[in-house]
Amino acid sequence: MTDAWLRTLQATIFRRNSNVAKARPLSPHLGIYRWRVNMLQSTLHRLTGLFLCLGALQVAWGLVAAATGEVAWRVFASFWDSWPGVALLVLWTWSLLFHLCNGIQHLLRDMGMNFGPPTRDRAHNPVYWSTGWIVIGVSVALTLLVWVILILRVSGGTP
Amino acid sequence: MAEFTLPKMSKVRKGKHHAAKPGAKNVRSFHVYRWDPDAGGNPRMDTYEVDVAGSAMVLDILLKIKDEIDPTLTLRRSCREGVCGSCSMNIDGENTLACTKGLDELPQGPVSVYPLPHLPVVKDLVPDLRHFYAQYASIQPWLQTQSAAGSRERLQSPDDRKKLDGLYECILCACCTAACPSSWWNPDRFLGPAVLLQANRWIVDSRDEATGERLDDLDDRFKLYRCHTIMNCTNTCPKGLNPAKAIAGIKQLLVSRTV
Repeated sequence: MTDAWLRTLQATIFRRNSNVAKARPLSPHLGIYRWRVNMLQSTLHRLTGLFLCLGALQVAWGLVAAATGEVAWRVFASFWDSWPGVALLVLWTWSLLFHLCNGIQHLLRDMGMNFGPPTRDRAHNPVYWSTGWIVIGVSVALTLLVWVILILRVSGGTP
Repeated sequence: MAEFTLPKMSKVRKGKHHAAKPGAKNVRSFHVYRWDPDAGGNPRMDTYEVDVAGSAMVLDILLKIKDEIDPTLTLRRSCREGVCGSCSMNIDGENTLACTKGLDELPQGPVSVYPLPHLPVVKDLVPDLRHFYAQYASIQPWLQTQSAAGSRERLQSPDDRKKLDGLYECILCACCTAACPSSWWNPDRFLGPAVLLQANRWIVDSRDEATGERLDDLDDRFKLYRCHTIMNCTNTCPKGLNPAKAIAGIKQLLVSRTV
């Protein structure tokens, strides 16, 4: 598909806005669109991904601190012992688990599953991807489970 | 980098208020996006208090506004039965056809009506769709063959014909493409759900002999793979089609021919 006419056509497609187009307003988008769980999921996937990158830096900090010596390690350890530190850890746990659960849904979608019916009667079947709520629910439940086990371990319980 | 906010000259201001006529029985407020290229300036939201008694669809209301309250209101419409795709717009936050969107489907309270999102506005509710049509033309949406034409039409078995169900019904109203955040942030490089669904319509057609070339053309980081299965397309399609599933079908074909 490399005919000359197609190149001309693609030049039209990828053309930057002309002066006429620049004088025109852009219609509202993100600010007016109705949010459903699928949009929330997609946004959270990006945000948790970014947040996990920051988490990787904290792991690096811990490794460097451990290699440097006792004082450096104490600074590191005391930060993660504080309330802001624990709150960040809980957030990171959830970020990891949400990213994992949502990733599984992405995997299923890449295999052609979980798209709903090929066609539907909109009036009677407005599908809004309830599986998104399952992903969010399961990731929150798993986060709670991880922290209950952690707290029990730290306080000398059995699991 | 995606721009999440509107350019300064595109920001929407508060507009005029048209109060209900005395004697109106069942009054409902409609906030409608207005922009006049001759007047210039920023777009505004005008409020119309309309007597909805006897009206069924949002298009009826818009035409009532145009006929009885404000003849300057500009919109596209033709068939008024969800076949032509002209009156696609953003109603109550989601893209749909004004002619098939029933007033009873909308939640209580005022209704907001905008042109399709993230497109240059020609006037009021009319967006510029030339880019969308050029993208459509780029996938060469016609039957392509190498084999010699026979004495009669190219035949297709009922089973092969069935593969086109859910694809051929697309009316190219652009609701899905204008609902897709990937299309919003990469309109110049991502083809968008409507055009990809159409591409799949030709890829799965048993009579088409350019399947390989079509897949080659789409095997691109942006054209196809900017789709992150956000699913806004399938949520919003006024014809109840499933563009996300069609795009997944193309992705699967691309994988299956390499393994």
